[in-house]
Amino acid sequence: MESRTTRIALWMWVGLVLLFLYIPIVVICLYAFDKSNVQSWPIGGLTTKWFGPAIHNGDMQQALWLSLEAASFATLIALVLGTLASFGVHRFRFFGREAISFLLVLPIALPGIITGMALNSYFTYWKLNFGLLTIVIGHATFCVVVVYNNVIARLRRVPGSLTEASMDLGADGWQTFRYVTFPTISTALISGGLLAFALSFDEVIVTTFTAGAQNTLPIWIFGQIRLGQQLPQVNVVVFLILAVTIIPVAIAQRLTRESGILRTE
Amino acid sequence: MTKRMWALLATLAVAAAFPAAGATKQTGGTLNMIAWEGYLQPQWVKPFTKATGCTIHAKYGGSSDEMVTLMRSGGGNQYDMVSASGDASLRLIYGKDVQTVDPSKIPDFKNFGQAFKSPPNNTIGGKHYGISLQWGPNTLLYNTKSVKPAPTSWASIYSPKYKGKVTVPDNPIQIADAALYLMKTNASLGIKDPYELNSTQFNAAISLLKKQKPLIKKYWALASDEISLFKNGDAVIGASWPYQTNTLIADKAPVKDLVPKEGATGWLDTWMVSAKTKNLDCAYKWLAWVSTPKVQAQQAIYFGETPVNSKACAIMDKLSKGSCAQYHANAPLKYFKQIYFWKTPIADCGNGKKNCMDYTKWQQAWTQLKG
Amino acid sequence: MAAGLDPAQGLSNGVGARRRFGGALWRRPWLKGASLLAPPVLGFLLIYIAALVALFVYAFWTVDPFTSLTIHSWTLENFRELWHGSTYRTVAFRTVSIAAAVTVTDAIIAFPFAYFMARVAGPRIRALLFILVLLPLWASYLARVYAWRLILNSDGLLNWSLHKVGLPSAGIAYTNTAMWIVFSYIWLPFMILPVYASLERIPHSYIEASRDLGAKGGRTFRSVILPLALPGVVAGSIFTFSLTLGDYITPVLVGGASSQFIGNVVYDSVNQASNLPFGAAFAVVPVVVMGIYLLAARKLGAFDAL
Repeated sequence: MESRTTRIALWMWVGLVLLFLYIPIVVICLYAFDKSNVQSWPIGGLTTKWFGPAIHNGDMQQALWLSLEAASFATLIALVLGTLASFGVHRFRFFGREAISFLLVLPIALPGIITGMALNSYFTYWKLNFGLLTIVIGHATFCVVVVYNNVIARLRRVPGSLTEASMDLGADGWQTFRYVTFPTISTALISGGLLAFALSFDEVIVTTFTAGAQNTLPIWIFGQIRLGQQLPQVNVVVFLILAVTIIPVAIAQRLTRESGILRTE
Repeated sequence: MTKRMWALLATLAVAAAFPAAGATKQTGGTLNMIAWEGYLQPQWVKPFTKATGCTIHAKYGGSSDEMVTLMRSGGGNQYDMVSASGDASLRLIYGKDVQTVDPSKIPDFKNFGQAFKSPPNNTIGGKHYGISLQWGPNTLLYNTKSVKPAPTSWASIYSPKYKGKVTVPDNPIQIADAALYLMKTNASLGIKDPYELNSTQFNAAISLLKKQKPLIKKYWALASDEISLFKNGDAVIGASWPYQTNTLIADKAPVKDLVPKEGATGWLDTWMVSAKTKNLDCAYKWLAWVSTPKVQAQQAIYFGETPVNSKACAIMDKLSKGSCAQYHANAPLKYFKQIYFWKTPIADCGNGKKNCMDYTKWQQAWTQLKG
Repeated sequence: MAAGLDPAQGLSNGVGARRRFGGALWRRPWLKGASLLAPPVLGFLLIYIAALVALFVYAFWTVDPFTSLTIHSWTLENFRELWHGSTYRTVAFRTVSIAAAVTVTDAIIAFPFAYFMARVAGPRIRALLFILVLLPLWASYLARVYAWRLILNSDGLLNWSLHKVGLPSAGIAYTNTAMWIVFSYIWLPFMILPVYASLERIPHSYIEASRDLGAKGGRTFRSVILPLALPGVVAGSIFTFSLTLGDYITPVLVGGASSQFIGNVVYDSVNQASNLPFGAAFAVVPVVVMGIYLLAARKLGAFDAL
């Protein structure tokens, strides 16, 4: 076990890191109550006057809804494609196996602006209408790898003997998947899906290029930052989103408690 | 039998109600607009939506270049209208991104000052490609507490006195501002038009900007950036738009702006309609709305620019006493000639020679200047 | 579970078809593999890779200076321009250096934190720390970067605190230092999670064996834990390095007069100059850099630890 000094030092380090992580968050939430619309330190005065307009802001509501839709569809696609890919790569040895991992990680490894520009030209060429579909495709590219990594890591941990035993007992492929394999990867799917959803929900660079005239929430936020007239509304929205997402994040954490939320053994 | 009859009647009633519902509902279309920050404020957008049923979605652009790109994105059919300045309008016209408009459909067009009815940046060969909107200067903004004595010349943003606290726009067209300063202070260069620069004149402007670079805290790309820089003490002097001044003053920041003695570059904006818009009806409604004296006055006061509608002056003074004179809405011509409006630099210098730097060179030089 | 298993009944229709199909796949494993991999791989090839290739084809074209319409004739003009312009070298160097600095910083910050989470913390604390590390990802990236401006500004929180203890202002607003701090902040969770995962994977038996062989804490750490945790660190570094390398928003919001990143030049090329060919040409640089990085990462085992 680690020595006592080491443990104390680690506790302090953890405290400092948490401080580092959360000071900006506290600043964001604090400035949701800023009296002035031009943000400066120290805060001018406190008020709740921004909450009403922010919540009833039609543009914001549309943007939020579009973000939720896009993130849901992108996560769904990522879950399906990521799981298929991980099963394919895990179960079969073939030439080019590593190339698939490489291929899937490219959207995250390459700068978002390249993905955005490439997809933008491509969609324009095929005369696709920019909107939900193009946004979802853009997001799905980098969401797939997140699910893929989680699932394949879990598959490596699950002994192959379980599947064999199931088949020996007479279950066919589908039944094995449904009753044996799926439960073992379900928590990997939850954690992967949650991270994919978070990435898609907050994505701005690729979306700028694939959204056309539509606004997702991050694009709406950027527009507000440009304009500079109602910045506290942005703080209000972020504050409320944080408050709301504590719940699903905590729930997901409890669900995956046995294995940890991103345990990739 | 009775039950089925009632059911049938009910269905017919509902079916009949639908077209009626459609008729009473306003025929709203949606206009996706590209605009400068501050051009689509709720004060005049909300009444517009109420009166016409057309909803507006705003996408803000901070430079003409951005607006041109946005207008062309996605095959050119993403946006319906754009408030283009003179350095964007010609590019859009020649790129066939905008369509001709018929000024006779705009009731207030006849009240426009003569110079704004068919200016060369939106009218070609008698064809109008948009309706003039507002115009104004790029101003010198300074912090009254930190900058003493009050500046009168653009020299203050090129002198080391405020090193590290200067800010200018992140826009290649800024080279014209440097050229304008040289035009008035260095006659030997022979600059006649800050947008028509041969390579000697161009290089002189660039070296002035290179000398300025160590003084610059940040090249602002978003209007709110400059607002934040001034409010938070990171900049005390810089090139700006009246929009920033008005926002800072509304927030009780100690700032003031002016048009220095050398004059200034400026913009003359036109609302243009996309060649591929599907909402021509709403577009014309907007053109008419934004040309009315009241909206012209509101926008002029809010942003700090000058309306093109000569009837706006009276309303400006009603909304904010003295604003008509403050924004030069009643003395346009002499003041107008002091401003060198943005236009796209092209190789053809307009005097027989074709050796002027075109805009691509301006953009490359700007990227290299920023390093 | 017993449905369709009773030999006396024979196989009922639906289940029978499924079993015959399953059997066919069993006998042709390549078909099963192909049908699993086809949707994701084909999807990626036809949409993502095709789009990338189309983009890089643009690098060999140019645009008309006035109308900004693309001229579809092959030329190496863009690459020549890149090669001869010292600015582009400066920008590329700056981007890579800051990305490297951010990666190292995050690795140093994350490692003790992840070690604590994986090997010292009790299950309750660990669960809490998980939530605390993931939660900031839900506060908009833009809002967090913007909050840093408030902190680092000339009259901001940092200087205010420094003045309170009698220290002079730290003039780091709108500088490369500010960008380094902000990037390190934003990507930190992406480094903590893979490092945690790889640390947690180390079986306790290894530590015990090391101790049994006589190694003290420090030696065990250096020779057993660190090498086993390395893939996780490298995996995390892929995120921090590539996300910093490609970003253009933080330089715009937090950077100063000389803070252009590759992403900014590319973005300006496309959005300011409407010069997609030049932007595509410069975009080749981060692709090559990341390609090399990924190959190195693979050698270090990161792909098994993502």
